[in-house]
Amino acid sequence: MELKEFTVNFMDQFEDSDREKIESKTVFKDLDSWDSLTTMLVIAMIKTEYNFDITADEIRSCNTVEELFNFINK
Amino acid sequence: MKAYINEISYYLPDKVLTNEDLIKKFPEWTTEKVNSKLGIKQRHIASENETSGDMAIKAAEKLFELKSIDKDSVDFILFCTQSPDYFLPTTACIIQSKLGLRKNIGALHFNLGCSGYIYGLSIAKGLISAGIAKNILFLTSETYSRYIHVEDKVNLSIFGDAATATLISTDGFAEIGDFELGTDGNGWDNLIVKTGCAKFPKNLNSFDIDESGNLRSSDHLYMNGSNVFNFTLATIPDLIKSLIIKTKLQNNQINFFVFHQANKFMLDTLRKLCRIPEEKFYVDMEDVGNTVSSTIPIALKRLKQKNNLNKGNNIILAGFGVGLSWGACVMKIK
Repeated sequence: MELKEFTVNFMDQFEDSDREKIESKTVFKDLDSWDSLTTMLVIAMIKTEYNFDITADEIRSCNTVEELFNFINK
Repeated sequence: MKAYINEISYYLPDKVLTNEDLIKKFPEWTTEKVNSKLGIKQRHIASENETSGDMAIKAAEKLFELKSIDKDSVDFILFCTQSPDYFLPTTACIIQSKLGLRKNIGALHFNLGCSGYIYGLSIAKGLISAGIAKNILFLTSETYSRYIHVEDKVNLSIFGDAATATLISTDGFAEIGDFELGTDGNGWDNLIVKTGCAKFPKNLNSFDIDESGNLRSSDHLYMNGSNVFNFTLATIPDLIKSLIIKTKLQNNQINFFVFHQANKFMLDTLRKLCRIPEEKFYVDMEDVGNTVSSTIPIALKRLKQKNNLNKGNNIILAGFGVGLSWGACVMKIK
């Protein structure tokens, strides 16, 4: 699993307007389109692409995309 | 005695809430989110004076017209709703009277949501197998719109009102086969209307946003979407696997899967996890939204109308949600 590919998969769950702002150091909770629905889309992506079960709380415990990637990889 | 689905009809209330209506009210909400992620363009909403009982009666009347069914042949009413007309008496009794059905019949209502259709089929099959009934009028009807807070853009986008009527009989187009059922009351508060009943009879007027960003009002419908989502991901693939093993069929012998039509991204995820090919996985909710216990019969009716369901085809139905409650069953096309 690569951080670059993960970041692209992560970006795809956001609105068009936010997508270009996202990179591995982005604090995703600060984005306009971060809400309960986006959280679920990220859970779905992580489950189907990486076969990893993650909860909303665990996603929220990470600040950046890179931290989330590291959480799944550990 | 075998039990069959004989016919299905459904009723959608006239009033429609479109995505454009929602975006006018919530400018930060986008069509991209609602349409492409949730998979819903519009949903029907019961009018102010229209109850779940009223809608169920309309669905039943449509059913009787469809097949020129003799009302006097109905010997049991099963009604699934979480928004009954009264705490008591059961709305099922009122339905018996308003439809002008015989008096020497059974009638009851049960309180389930998204798993309700599966449970209703299981009860109906039991009644027929035991020789207690021969022609069961199984109704589902829901007015979740009444429970949703006006500022709750997520739930306003997801849920729609509808009613369905299914005739379950000793003959029909689909034989009702095996079931797998499940319950986890630990998840009781993930989808809830907290006040208005025995535990909290009066409004608590408590209102906040939970950690996930979900609107949480004690006196309205609250759904912790991510918890419900995680529950389905953890439970449904194994449910389908267990059911297929029970039926002794091979995976490739299942011709169609009709899941509770919760929302598009949940269905997409479940389809991938259950390894179901796209052409076998029926999704049809764009114009009605999540109609709770009515999603499966509406989808099944539409599947039957749009596809050649061939003799011997096996169809798996699966419902899951509030309770937490889940179930799946298989049917064979006659």
